[in-house]
Amino acid sequence: MASASNPTSNALRRRDGGIRIALIGCNHRTAPLELRERVAFTTEQSLEAATQLRQRGILEEAVVVSTCHRSELYGVAGDTSAPIGDVLEEFLTSYHSIPRSDLEGRTYHWVGADAIRHLFRVASGLDSMLLGEAEILGQIRTAYRRALDHGATGPILNRAFQGALEVGKRVRAETEIGARPMSVSLAGVKLAEQVFGSLKGRSALILGAGEVAEQVIEHLRDRGIGSLRVVNRSFDRAQRLAARMGGEAVAWESVDGAISAPDIIVTSVGDVGAVLTREKMVRALGARDGRPVFVVDLGVPRNVEADAGSLYNLYLYNVDDLGEIVEQNRRAREAEIPRVEAIISEHVAKFEAWRAALEAVSIVEDLRGHFRREREALLRERLDAAPGLSSEERQRIASITEELIERVLAEPAARLRSSRGIAGHLSSVHALRRVFGLDKKGESGEES
Amino acid sequence: MRNHTTYLALGLYAASFCCYARTLYAPHLWLGRLASLLLLGGITAHYYALLERSYGTHTIPYDDLFGSMSLFAWLLGATYLVLEAVHRQRSVGAFVTLLLFAWVALVSALAPAQMPPPPARGPLFAFHVTLNTWAYAAFALSFILSIIYLLQHHVLRSHRLGRAFWRFPALDVLDRMSRSSVYVGLGALAFGVISGLIWEHRLTGAYSWGDPKVIVTFGIVGVYVAYLWLSRNAIWRGARAARICVLNFVVVLFSYTIVNLYLTTFHRFF
Repeated sequence: MASASNPTSNALRRRDGGIRIALIGCNHRTAPLELRERVAFTTEQSLEAATQLRQRGILEEAVVVSTCHRSELYGVAGDTSAPIGDVLEEFLTSYHSIPRSDLEGRTYHWVGADAIRHLFRVASGLDSMLLGEAEILGQIRTAYRRALDHGATGPILNRAFQGALEVGKRVRAETEIGARPMSVSLAGVKLAEQVFGSLKGRSALILGAGEVAEQVIEHLRDRGIGSLRVVNRSFDRAQRLAARMGGEAVAWESVDGAISAPDIIVTSVGDVGAVLTREKMVRALGARDGRPVFVVDLGVPRNVEADAGSLYNLYLYNVDDLGEIVEQNRRAREAEIPRVEAIISEHVAKFEAWRAALEAVSIVEDLRGHFRREREALLRERLDAAPGLSSEERQRIASITEELIERVLAEPAARLRSSRGIAGHLSSVHALRRVFGLDKKGESGEES
Repeated sequence: MRNHTTYLALGLYAASFCCYARTLYAPHLWLGRLASLLLLGGITAHYYALLERSYGTHTIPYDDLFGSMSLFAWLLGATYLVLEAVHRQRSVGAFVTLLLFAWVALVSALAPAQMPPPPARGPLFAFHVTLNTWAYAAFALSFILSIIYLLQHHVLRSHRLGRAFWRFPALDVLDRMSRSSVYVGLGALAFGVISGLIWEHRLTGAYSWGDPKVIVTFGIVGVYVAYLWLSRNAIWRGARAARICVLNFVVVLFSYTIVNLYLTTFHRFF
């Protein structure tokens, strides 16, 4: 991995001396699924696109993040004279061979701190369709590692993506943005965890083989459920689902015997009413020696008699109970947004300070070049007007002026190297650039 | 009881409580770790406070109620910290540190500044008292865990999940932590009673089976063994067993206060 503080990076030798991180993308908010499908990148395409962007000099470092909800190109802008947003949009449309008009108003592009903030917001789950979802962090990690292994990243994007991963981890450790379940099926499974702790080695019985049952099984499998049995009126369907999910199918007629074994029972059978009566549950609890059982009734009409909920050591939740919990959780997640934004702002400021430190060091080099050019022009002008000077005297004047430049720059250069604090004053660095005319291309860090 | 290290321990317990409570309200990884570190600091400072007191009285702090209460608090904190590390659960910390703070503050406010030197009773006696105090501390911890179990159970049954619900451990974890505490308590009490009996027999050649403290102590062993047995029983496991554990602690408190202060002559600390 490249050193994050390498001052000889290409990124530092840009004409204007500024580091321009740029981003273009579209997501579920800006583009419909049909369009997102057209601009999505496969693994191979994302590496190929990163290579092309670097080879064409559009970007010096590049990472492509492509998920079902977003396609985004992150990079450090090269020496292009055109606005980087336009160049990236042009690349995106030409790469996927789609008319540019199709993307009009469907993309967003950011540069500088705004691009970093966007990356951090994505990593924290604030920009996700399901607020606070954790999957995106893994997707960013994969995209970044792939680009890193491919040699497409450099010190700037390494720092930016490592920062994003850190933000993602912190946000999930320190806030509740992703802590509470946001779907009925997951809420049921999470509640079961609040009863049993780890579900590893526990047993579950699923009544029904529909879509909801499948979702529940997936959540249970993710948590390492020990044994899984599926009961359905259509035995074939139960067998198919059980085979696919690594469980065991049980005949519908054997349901009364099957309910005594599992720790978790999930029902989602339509049009049959109460399959599990209070009497059946009393017998089941007796057969399992009073050990607690957690029952999730997702059926409408309900599959478990409401009376069963009053049995000792039986925890019963129906679809309305879980819906209410999901709604509470959604509100709780939204309430966490300001805390997440505060963490993001803290890390954006950290990144900007680091970036400013790099720029502050590079400005000395730019000033030296600027002074030398001025000195040469001045010497040419003045020495041409003094023909009486010997070549020795001319050389001495040249040497003294060179020494003067070094002496003038020595102290600020040393101060910049030794003091990280000064690097935080990015605006001062930009002001210096403006004062000495070092910015030839205009501003950086603005939204394009 | 009032010395600088006691005040330092009190301060650290208070700071630890604040951090635990803050992480209970809004999880924070480093704040949680800081809470554990502060508790460790509090326990260390408390240890030196006890040591200082021991130097002053030339014995371990068991000879009076206040010294014994302080030792109880120290053992409660230490036992909790070990359980926290074993079960990787910090959510109970706020309750334990609050109790620690209140307990130590009460002891340091009420205890006399100077104690007359106690009669020398030897290391076996010290061992006996320390183990019994440790047992009481472990039972106190199981009491706290059972209370939390009952609250969580009630919330789960009522379907009214509050903000704090998701922060507490699962019922099964609370149950296991509570039973771990009781096992520690029973083990310490068994060795404590045995060492006490040996010490008494060496000293007097007899056993005071009729002493109320001895009778109640056997009662405590009985109720906690019953709890462990019932917590595995079909009709009693779960919330009912937790209720038994809470009630058992009433017997412990009775033994620690009424019996010690008024009923026994042999185990009287005042």
